[in-house]
Amino acid sequence: MAGKIKSVANPRVSLNILSDQDVRRIHTATLDVIENVGVRFPSHKALDIWEAHGARVDRQTMVVKASGQLVEAALKKAPPAYALAARDPSQDLMMDGHHVFVGTDGCGVEVIDIHTGERRRSCLQDVADIARVADYMEEVAFHWVAVSAQDCPPESRSLHELRALWENSTKHAQTESIYSEREAQASLEMAATIVGGREALRQRPVLSLMQCTAPPLGHDGGSVEAALIGAEAGLPTGFMTMTSCLTTAPATLAGNLVVGNAEVISGLALIELAYPGAPVFYAAAQTASDLRTGGYTGGGPEDFLFGAATNVLADYYNVPLSMGSFATGAKEPDWQAGIENSLSTFMASIVLSDMLLGVGLLHGSRVWSFEQMLMDCEIFDLVRKTLEGIVVDDETLALDVIRAVGPGGNFLAQKHTKKHMRELWAPRLFDRRPYNVWEEKRDGARDWARQKAQDILKNHQPDPLDPRLSAELARIIESVERKA
Amino acid sequence: MSEELFNAMRQSIIDGEVEQADALARKALEQNVDPLDAVNQGFVPGVNYVGEQFAAGDMFLPDLVLAGEAMKAAVAVLEPEMQKRGLARRMLGKVVLGTVKGDIHEIGKTLVATMLSASGFQVFDLGVDVPIVKFADKAREVNADIVGVSALLTTTMVGQKAVIEALEDMGLRPRVKVMIGGAPVTRSWQEEIGAEGYSEDAIGAVAVAKRLMGA
Repeated sequence: MAGKIKSVANPRVSLNILSDQDVRRIHTATLDVIENVGVRFPSHKALDIWEAHGARVDRQTMVVKASGQLVEAALKKAPPAYALAARDPSQDLMMDGHHVFVGTDGCGVEVIDIHTGERRRSCLQDVADIARVADYMEEVAFHWVAVSAQDCPPESRSLHELRALWENSTKHAQTESIYSEREAQASLEMAATIVGGREALRQRPVLSLMQCTAPPLGHDGGSVEAALIGAEAGLPTGFMTMTSCLTTAPATLAGNLVVGNAEVISGLALIELAYPGAPVFYAAAQTASDLRTGGYTGGGPEDFLFGAATNVLADYYNVPLSMGSFATGAKEPDWQAGIENSLSTFMASIVLSDMLLGVGLLHGSRVWSFEQMLMDCEIFDLVRKTLEGIVVDDETLALDVIRAVGPGGNFLAQKHTKKHMRELWAPRLFDRRPYNVWEEKRDGARDWARQKAQDILKNHQPDPLDPRLSAELARIIESVERKA
Repeated sequence: MSEELFNAMRQSIIDGEVEQADALARKALEQNVDPLDAVNQGFVPGVNYVGEQFAAGDMFLPDLVLAGEAMKAAVAVLEPEMQKRGLARRMLGKVVLGTVKGDIHEIGKTLVATMLSASGFQVFDLGVDVPIVKFADKAREVNADIVGVSALLTTTMVGQKAVIEALEDMGLRPRVKVMIGGAPVTRSWQEEIGAEGYSEDAIGAVAVAKRLMGA
């Protein structure tokens, strides 16, 4: 039985992050950049498409300069809502602007081993284990490839990872680790195998492709070509910018938004020019580089503001958003991880970002921790509950009960209390025990999260993939390996 | 007279004023100031000051980078005259640097190049998407002390190992040290492929390079 999925839906709490005028200015500045500075598309296929639609293309530098009109007209063709399909249709995710769904983070390179506690290089078995725990957790709605299967050959690694996801979970798979035409073709074949053919896949895309841009103002050629292959087959495709103040973007936040926006909307416009009406999404994880190291930070006030502001931009273009939240820079599941992941997730959720990436990674999305994964799920649940807000009506004002209890009584024995108590949030990992109970064991959230994850890995059996389909996936991967 | 000029040079580096550093270097040539003195008594104290302030947490990475750029501009003006007079700056070592084949990620590698050159290394930056053999060819050509290989993707990271093998094939190991960098690079990967150093950031990369040179 596939589990249900928890999401933020229609929150009663709201936030004003950018005014209409702010958004228009960012948009106008972005079009100015695309038209006059240009964006680099190092792919002849992409350049051909731009040229055929009247953009100015420099074949030498591979920079495209497209008019604002061309970009705007292309973006208008993007569908405002669609579903990310799951192997189990009850787990389909509606990208309709009214939900926030969480995925696993990606793509880490090390894992804190759940049994030994040692940090080690990630492998295919980790991808499978993480997928199985993600399949169990109600907070996780879809998968990214959480860690890299570094024991698989580079040319087919992304395909082994994908197979591990589908063999261990019924939920939607979004990959961020396919960056060539060849892998994209094979992943399509695999996805079509799962749903019963190419036409079925167009109706039920169990796979979506997320591609990273190459800031500032560039794309990766292989990624763009992989996205075009996916879009042609009807898979939802998105481009993620990770523009970073100081290094790949101006130090100012508005300037950062402009650079990242130019990358993302030029990528989406390309897809719409090639395949009008193709489902696309905006993706972003902007940040500020650390002032001292220049490195990726994975959190901080800038990230929190970007998390909320980007959805306003995605709404302006009327496409879903996949937003980086969580992804703490902390080395362990600690105070810093709690703050960064709570605030980033709160800010991205309150504006209804459609997808959040994602749970489980430490050290700026590099080190996987099952403890952090379960704590992140708890954070999301807490945010989800907070955003339900306060309902004010006759039932919730509870005047009859207040009258019945009166001064000095208590509400414990009231039917109204029993009726509504389950609306209050019950934590799984917060320590609300008496001090002396804690003192006896001195255990806490990390221990409970680890034990729970161990328990899931031991006992949770996801709905298995039909062995014939599994064998077919293996055959597709082998054929790629033979050709390599 | 020179004292005033040297102070202005020092300040141009601290302020990261590239044009100003360039102009002051030209002024030194016009006034027939010894170009090596201009570097060592004028500009280098500025670089040292910025380094100290950075270490103390009072200056930030952009300060370092701009100081490095200003230094580079000044040296570019003074270099021909130094060569004419048979003078040479003492360099810490020669570093060949690039992002490996199949990978176009540039920023971290370029930052390392800037910081190394500001710290007194002679840097040969091969750019991005660099074929494996080109690292080794360039190392042989310039008689490099260190080869730096950057990779951001787990799939291109294997290229770092290939560069080490190429250096071995050409008989350049162990005279040429190898340092690696990029988001997925870890100490265990460094040890596995037999590189001599790795760093997660550009400041650390300078420390690694200095250590490898015994400086």
